[in-house]
Formats: sequence, C-alpha cells, structure tokens
Amino acid sequence: MIEARGLAKSFGSARALTGLDLSVPAGSTMCLLGPNGAGKTTAVRMLATLLRPDAGWARVAGHDVVAAGHAVRRRIGLSGQYASVDECLTGRSNLVMIGELSRLPRREAKRRAAELLARFDLQDAARRPVRTYSGGMRRRLDLAASLLGRPSVLFLDEPTTGLDPHSRLALWGVIRGLVADGTTLLLTTQYLEEADQIADRICVIDGGRVTAEGTPAELKARVGTAHLMLTIPAAALTRAAEILCCHAAGPVRRLPGGGSLEVPVFPRAGLVTDVVRVLDAAGIEVDDIALRQPSLTDVFHALTRREASTGPDGERAA
Amino acid sequence: MSASTGSQPARAGRIAAWPQELRWALTDVRVLTWRTLARIATTPEQLLNVTVQPLIFVLLFSYVFNGAIILPGHGNYREYLIAGIFAINMGGTAQGTAIGLAVDLSSGLIDRFRSLPMSRAAVLAGRTLADLAMTLVAAAITAASGLLVGWRIHRGPADVLLALGLALLFAYAAAWAGACVGMLARGAESAQAVGLTVIVPLSLTSNAFISTAHLTPWLRDIANWNPVSVLAAACRQLLGNPDPAAAISSWPMQHPELASALWSAALIAVLAPLAVWLYVRRARH
Repeated sequence: MIEARGLAKSFGSARALTGLDLSVPAGSTMCLLGPNGAGKTTAVRMLATLLRPDAGWARVAGHDVVAAGHAVRRRIGLSGQYASVDECLTGRSNLVMIGELSRLPRREAKRRAAELLARFDLQDAARRPVRTYSGGMRRRLDLAASLLGRPSVLFLDEPTTGLDPHSRLALWGVIRGLVADGTTLLLTTQYLEEADQIADRICVIDGGRVTAEGTPAELKARVGTAHLMLTIPAAALTRAAEILCCHAAGPVRRLPGGGSLEVPVFPRAGLVTDVVRVLDAAGIEVDDIALRQPSLTDVFHALTRREASTGPDGERAA
Repeated sequence: MSASTGSQPARAGRIAAWPQELRWALTDVRVLTWRTLARIATTPEQLLNVTVQPLIFVLLFSYVFNGAIILPGHGNYREYLIAGIFAINMGGTAQGTAIGLAVDLSSGLIDRFRSLPMSRAAVLAGRTLADLAMTLVAAAITAASGLLVGWRIHRGPADVLLALGLALLFAYAAAWAGACVGMLARGAESAQAVGLTVIVPLSLTSNAFISTAHLTPWLRDIANWNPVSVLAAACRQLLGNPDPAAAISSWPMQHPELASALWSAALIAVLAPLAVWLYVRRARH
C-alpha cells in the first residue's frame, strides 16, 4: 500500500532524509519512530505529495507520488503535527468544507461531518469556533477532517504530541478503531509507548535514514537482555550476587537503598524457577522476584545512539 | 470515490472527464469563497477594514482637505474626493488578500488543502473572490458616507454600473497582486509591511486627493499613468463629478474608462497565473 525506495530530501545544505526504504502492506500499521529532526515529518510530507523528493520514488495506494499526485491525494488522509483546521470556523463548518473539497456531494459531506463529530465526541462543540477548543478537541477534529474522504491510507504525523495523558489515551483508542476498520496507517511519533501500543511494525529512523525495522517484539529481542529484579535479605546480598554472576548476561548491579539486585539475563523458559532454586540451595531466601522485559526505551537508546556510529550492518530486516 | 475516474484513464476517458473536473474546480472555488466569508460570522472585526476605514477616510479628508486644496476650474472638492477614496479602497483589496493568504500559509491549513484532491488554483480564486465581495461593502460605505458629506451622482444608472464594473475589475486585479505578495511573504507581518510600502506610494502619487496638473513633469507622468488615477478619473467622468484631468493631454487621462479596463485586464492576465505558479512552487520547496 505504501512503498518507498531511496527517498531523499535536502533543504539547502541540510540533509533531512538520506535514503528511506519503506514497505507498508495494506491494512497494516507502520510507525516511524525517531527523535526530533530525524526526518519523520519530511518522509510523511513526501508520501502525502506535499514535498517533492530529490531522489528515490514512492508509491501510495498504487500511484506514484510525483507523477500521479492527484490520484494519491484522492486516497489519502493526512493529519499533521499542528492541527490544520480553520480557527475562525465552527467544527462542523470545517468538516463540511473539507468534505466538499474531498469530492463528497454537499449533502453527503454534511451527513459524514455529523457522523464524525459524534464518533469523536465533538457534537456539543460542533457549533463553536475552533479557537475555543482545547488541544485534545482540536486534534480530534483534525483527525476527523482527515477521514472525511474515507481514505484507504492515513498519515498521522505525531498525532498526540503535546497532549495530556488522558487525551492521548483517548486518541489511541480512536486510532485503534481506525486500524480495526482496515485503514493502512503510517504514524510518526517520538513516544515509544505510542509505537508499542499502536503499530504492527516499527521503523526507527535517525539522522535521515532507517536504523532498524521490525515488529515491537523483534526490536526488543534485538536488544536481547531482560532484567531480573530480586529482593533478598541484606545479609545475603553479597553471596547472592556471587552465585548469580555465572547465570547473568552482564554485570550484576546492587540497587541503591539496599536489599535489591538487578541481574541482566537472556530471557528463556524456566529462568525464574532456576534462579530461585539455585538461591534456595544456597540457603538464601528470596523475598521478591520480577522479570523486566526490555522496553522500547532500551531499544530506542540502543538503536539511535550506538548503531548510528557503527553503521547499518544487518539492519535491513526485509 | 474512485469509481468516477479509473486509475489509468485512457486518453478518451480523460477528455470525457473534463467537464467533471471543471465542475469540481468550480465547487472548490465556491466552498473556499464561502469559507473566507463564513469566518466573518465568528470574527466580525474582520469587517473593520471595509466599514469603519472607508467611513473615516471620507470624513477625515473631506473636512481636513476641503478648502486647503483648490481644484483647477474651482470644482467642488468633496465631489472630487469621493471617487479618489473609492479608487484607493479598490486598490486596498490587495492588503486583505495578502494578509489572509499569509496567515493561511503559516497556520498549516494550506497543507491540508494541498493534501486534498482539489483544484490547486481554487485556494487563490476563492480568496480573491471573497475579498472582492468584501470590497463591495467598502464601496457601499464610501458611497453612503460620500452622500452624507455632499457628494452626488449626476449621471444615469448605466454610467454608474460601468463605473462600478471598472472599480471591481481593478479591485480584482489588486486582489491578485495581494495573492502574489501573500505567497512570497514570510508571514502576516511581512505581508502587511510589503502591502503598505506599495499601497501608500501608489495611493499618494495619484490624483485621488489632488489634481496632478501642478506636479513636476516626471511625477505628473507617473501620476497620470497610475492605475489609481486612471480609475478615479474614469469614475469622476462616469458619475459627472468635477474632472480637471480631462484637460490633461495624457492618453490615460483622455480615455480613462478604456485605460482603466486595459490596466486591470493586463494586471489580472499577468498576476493571476503568477500567483498560482508561486503557490504550486511553494508546495514543492
């Protein structure tokens, strides 16, 4: 549904994107994850025909973004970083306007606007000018605006940036609903949790190029290590650390505050049982034990820092 | 949605789709004209430009300059003045268009329009048409306040309509000039600054407030060819107001109606495609 090869763009001497390869099958959700300035927005703007690539090509919904921009625009929806609706119009007027510009007949545009206002919980504010809306309401309206033409491909550029946690959760719910309806979604975010929550696959970009690509689970597995968190009576801590040394994947750390150890491990079946058994055999009581899986934060730090200097060896999963 | 045009239309299919494309483009223009005007409902202060400002201009100049400026032939200054203010208001349309488009560009709304399957020229066409409608309000206020201070129309409805038509044509040309400025400006402030640096000299090197007869020759030539002067002279002639410029042996002052129509048509022919080109170019970066 979205297919890009070697997509590149420079602004003057600044190279925003140096060669993006992307493949998003129909009905799936891909997340472009990266820090500020990684080139996420540039990528979306090129795929949505707002920017012309300097090099490479991209096809969206079967059409080339440069040669057949108009056909692409007929099939996409775009919701940007900043809510792009008219502040001085009411929410309803905004949606009817965008509906008509999306080639819906006037009556259909009105019907669909009412439907979307209800779906995004904006009926009560429908007749108020948008400048009176809260940040969350604006984002919901902006998202609704991108859905009027029933797009088969939806681009969401940092849809929840700047929202409070409650509004963010609400918006995630809405986005999951769209995915369930079969929309192909390309989402950009700098929030790992968002990528983890919504995306089927994640493409980590940094410094204008892809540094890793895979499912959230694959990326976590790439980082490899999980952590065992153990609470043990203080007197037995040193001895426990010595015993666990030979089971650990890295140096065992004593956590400040006393009584706790952090042991890096390669996750495998029966690992926790084995550890408890070994300690029990040595006469050490375990008060508490927990296995912490690698988070996307670990992945993010590992991929956007370390691999930026070591090069993309074996990074291309596809 | 995609049923009306296939993804790979044959040549014949593409030609057959033309009227449909044209209908859609006209819908886009209608929707965007409506959008600009609908904003007034929630932000009526946008009307100050076209209501209070012309009123203040008429009152201010008719009381301040009356008596200070003696026209060649001793015509009534207030009768002379109104067509001048009228012409300046028409040119002022550019300012609203430039600022409005600059604001839209910086708000991200234009990005949304660009991501829609709509006509690219419609954003500009809708804006300029809406601004033309606003200018009509300014024209009405100028005329009403003119009547209040003693200005009169001395000709029949056909001449009045012709004067109005020439005025609106010039206002539309000015709106397209404003569209070019809006596309080039970095934001609302710079659009306003550019607008003022063009509009003020253009208004003051004209016969709007004074007669050009006593100006230094090179300045007089500029003033006589200035489209604001030409429109003002045309309106004065068509409305039967004092028109000392009729005695000036400069071609545009001898044929102000024709000169005004030619000026406006030429400006639109150049500036409208230029503005659309700037809009599309800005999309690509």
